[in-house]
Amino acid sequence: MNHISMSHIDKDQLVLFYYGESAEAEAIESHLSVCEFCRSQFRALQLVLNTVDSVSVPERPADYGHAIWKRIEPRLAVRHRRPMRLWWIWAPAVAALLLGAFLAGSLWQRAGAPGVAKNQNNQQIRERILLVAVGDHLERSQMVLAELDNAPDGKGKLDISGERRMAQDLLDDNRLYRQTARTTGDNSMASVLDDLERVLLEIAHSPSEISSQQLNDLREQIESRGLLFKVRVLGSEARDSETHSMQAKPGPEKDRNSKKL
Amino acid sequence: MEAEASGAVERARSGDNEAFRLLVEQYGRAIFRLAYRMTGNEEDAEDVVQETFLKAYRQIDRYEARASFSTWLHCIASNCALDLMRKRKTRERSRLRSPDPDRDVLGSIPTPTPGPDRELYSSQISASIHTALDELSGQERTAFILRHFEGLSIEEIGLALGTGTNATKHSIFRAVQKLRRSLEPLVSSAR
Repeated sequence: MNHISMSHIDKDQLVLFYYGESAEAEAIESHLSVCEFCRSQFRALQLVLNTVDSVSVPERPADYGHAIWKRIEPRLAVRHRRPMRLWWIWAPAVAALLLGAFLAGSLWQRAGAPGVAKNQNNQQIRERILLVAVGDHLERSQMVLAELDNAPDGKGKLDISGERRMAQDLLDDNRLYRQTARTTGDNSMASVLDDLERVLLEIAHSPSEISSQQLNDLREQIESRGLLFKVRVLGSEARDSETHSMQAKPGPEKDRNSKKL
Repeated sequence: MEAEASGAVERARSGDNEAFRLLVEQYGRAIFRLAYRMTGNEEDAEDVVQETFLKAYRQIDRYEARASFSTWLHCIASNCALDLMRKRKTRERSRLRSPDPDRDVLGSIPTPTPGPDRELYSSQISASIHTALDELSGQERTAFILRHFEGLSIEEIGLALGTGTNATKHSIFRAVQKLRRSLEPLVSSAR
């Protein structure tokens, strides 16, 4: 009864009463029935809070959740399909092999080797393999950047040892892909990979635990050139090109929902 | 809803993507509503919804049943929305400082769009409510929206946000006080 033993009800108690969370609901109710001043206070509160309710929210269709799922699914699958640890161990070797195969193929092609049709086919396969690998690389890089970009702000230290380890692993692949992009004349890809490499290097050389100031510095670096966005765009372009190159060949019928994306 | 979700949550925790899909389908619209109320515009709300589910997927191992899955998800969504709003402010500040077109990769963030202009008054009210909500601190806004629109109890909010019941209660009191200050002149003039 502390809040209503005096002449009127405390305004915060009225808020709790409005939300049905007051421990003194009965007493407040009976007080309101006899006190015009408190009643008018409560009406004013009701009026404002009921007005807040009037903000309309754009409707989403019944299958909205499904549409969201289609959008996020490609980004989830990568983590679950592969055992991460093994992938990290093999990634540099796979990347080196791919690079070697790709460059060898390009040189062979330039030398004007016989069997042009067959070589074109091989070239397409190599490009597809490279697109898959670059797409995966960008997706993993994106995860590291997004984790840091979305890390909670706090007063204490933040443990980034996981992100640091991933950045160290990604660096070797990144160098190989950047060199490949330069060699094949894909300057926009090379430039983004160049930016990415600088940030990955920064993360890899950061301490395992960083202060909120250091976190902000890293975020500044990620955000300063719109790196996360560029990596996202390039990753999805790589995925699109990968899909297109697969569609160029006859294959199983496409998922009916893919057009929604 | 929660009973159905709990089975899916358990399966999703053990790596069943199909179960996670069910959760996304079940909570997608509710999370959009919360995200829209937090950010005040559709594009940002869409980003928040996507980010929320990606985060939930990555962190589902950390979900503890002390709060309901729905509460946990709402809490993630609120944090994603606050992060986005914080970044939006940083971007806007840096754009003002140095108008470098290269920095503006994400493009301009649209301002809240009121509905069809059928009633001038209701669109004024709507804009005023968005402005009033914008003036709340992150914690006040989150606590208020979760209590007022999502119907979570103060105790649940305190638990989910890790702020405790008392701090949550005071955030809501401050939020209501600020909203009253901003909106009372408008609503009382209309009576």
